[in-house]
Amino acid sequence: MAFAILFDSTKCVGCRSCESACAEKWKNPYDDKIAAEERLSAHKLTTVVTKGDKFTRKLCMHCLEPACVSACPVGALQKTAAGPVIYEAEKCMGCRYCMTACAYGAPTYEWNARAPKVRKCNMCIERQTAGKPTACTEACPNEATVCGEREAMIALAKKRLAETPDAYYQKIYGLDEAGGTSVLMLSSVPFEQIGLPANLPKEGLPDFTWRALELIPNIVSVGTVLLGGVYWITHRRQEVVKAEGRLS
Amino acid sequence: MNTLRTYRFTFWRAVFGALLLAGAYATYLRFMYGLGAVTNLNDQFPWGIWIGFDILCGVGLAAGGFTLVATVHIFNIEKYKPVLRPAVLTAFLGYLLVIFALMFDLGRPDRIWHPLIMWNPRSVMFEVGWCVTLYTTVLFLEFTPAVFEKLRWHAPLRWFRMISVPLMIAGVILSTLHQSSLGSLFLLVPHKLDKLWYSSFLPLFFFISAIAVGMAMTIFESWHSSKAFGRQLEGPLLASLASVLAVVQSTYVAMRLADLQHRHAWSLLAESRIETWLFLLELGLITLPLALLFQARVRKNPRALYWAALMVIFGFITNRLNISVTGIERASGVSYVPKWTEVAVTLAIIGIGFGLFRLAAKHLPIFEEPDVHGEKVTPAKLRALRVA
Ligand code: SF4
Ligand code: SF4
Repeated sequence: MAFAILFDSTKCVGCRSCESACAEKWKNPYDDKIAAEERLSAHKLTTVVTKGDKFTRKLCMHCLEPACVSACPVGALQKTAAGPVIYEAEKCMGCRYCMTACAYGAPTYEWNARAPKVRKCNMCIERQTAGKPTACTEACPNEATVCGEREAMIALAKKRLAETPDAYYQKIYGLDEAGGTSVLMLSSVPFEQIGLPANLPKEGLPDFTWRALELIPNIVSVGTVLLGGVYWITHRRQEVVKAEGRLS
Repeated sequence: MNTLRTYRFTFWRAVFGALLLAGAYATYLRFMYGLGAVTNLNDQFPWGIWIGFDILCGVGLAAGGFTLVATVHIFNIEKYKPVLRPAVLTAFLGYLLVIFALMFDLGRPDRIWHPLIMWNPRSVMFEVGWCVTLYTTVLFLEFTPAVFEKLRWHAPLRWFRMISVPLMIAGVILSTLHQSSLGSLFLLVPHKLDKLWYSSFLPLFFFISAIAVGMAMTIFESWHSSKAFGRQLEGPLLASLASVLAVVQSTYVAMRLADLQHRHAWSLLAESRIETWLFLLELGLITLPLALLFQARVRKNPRALYWAALMVIFGFITNRLNISVTGIERASGVSYVPKWTEVAVTLAIIGIGFGLFRLAAKHLPIFEEPDVHGEKVTPAKLRALRVA
């Protein structure tokens, strides 16, 4: 049981209804100027991006193995069993490692606040658990954004790819990018052309740091024994020298 | 001569004063108007020189403390003992300054203690936070005996001697962990960090280069303290420290080159990109001092040795900035040049570091003083002796 969003850029007409619905839900300001910004920021948690004659969306991808969650020293970011990756502002100390870590540039920061927070999409976890679709899904007039069970979304994507193969680049983005995401995307062109990173490993990013972190217990135990041993040997030698000096 | 000295002294005082003033103004802006007002950071480029220099370099430059503690106390190589105190002092000051600098960069400095109670053991940052906290405590305990000696409190000194061995071992391990973990931070971004620098051996490289730069800093400090107070390390000791540095630094360079070879990254250098040039600068700065350090003549010449050490230090700084800034810029899609306020805070912190070291070197038994005629020689007396 895990929620997901399917965004189909071939169906997106760039009406920005998702943007304004999102702004409304978060009580963020929204006007023509903000609509034109086309990048994520602390007051714009999702944005439509114009790519030539195509439109695409940017938002937190709600990774299955989120780099941000593994990065956060205080556990302010969590991957919920329901799918969304959520943020607890009360814990956050503002180190911004999550922002460095994220491959999608999703977390943004309140740069001009005296007590700043990270801002990012929470996939409307409160709406979804209440059985309602995300605000952006509800607002989309064209079924470019839909949401539901991840398995159901994958099935729907596959169906679209099969029914009108010519309309699509034959791949679902998010199945296994850096371990997979809960936001899946379809496109008529290769995904890097709509601004999605194409250089991601199949493996989740947290594995890369974990391979180093998991050595720590060994470094600590072997290191202590080794250093203790060296200390004992070198000082023992000194004592022996001292004792012999006294005897002679 | 005398006027020249006074003149130089006043000059540095003025520089120091100006740095502090600019730093204080930048600090005011930082805490009144937030990070956005004083940095050129943004959502695409969230870490700048406050992380790249103040934290990554600061922690590394303070690495002399743990290497010398290990050498003198654990490996029991007594001849390095005179280097120990200054190294532990630099380390302690260094870590305090790093924590101080972190208060500027953290969005919520009032929550700097959060990792102590809110855990995420899968986070490298969490591990760094813990290790740095614990190690600063260890350094504090290693440093206090110098203060107690000055105050002639002998009872606590005995107590310190009792806990000193486990403390030293803990210090060395904690340092090994966090020096390397600063490199592990970047393991998480294979998609962002340029291929010239991204390697799964980053933690190892960070560790070894920290050991080297720790020694280079010791040589650097000895030179400056000899300029300021006429107290310095003896020539043979410096020379032998330099040969150890030569060995460590060449191991580091060899590993870096082997890693490039292994990752087939050499071809990247054929492209004329800004990354290439800054990488070559780094490579030059870490390799060139080897040519100097392996010559006995250079090792015996304090001035030449000083320049070699300086190159090691600058090579180290270039490496850290390349990894945290140069190597990340392209993937972020924006270009980052620090704002004057970022530079002002960093320079002020460096200035405070120099100032604190000077104060401590002056008032605490740091560079062990030569005993002439059973009398403690103060710097003033030493100068008088020299004049006579
Ligand atoms: S897209 Fe970025 S912020 Fe969203 S879950 Fe993945 S790593 Fe975290
Ligand atoms: S900025 Fe906040 S949420 Fe992001 S990693 Fe740091 S503490 Fe965690």
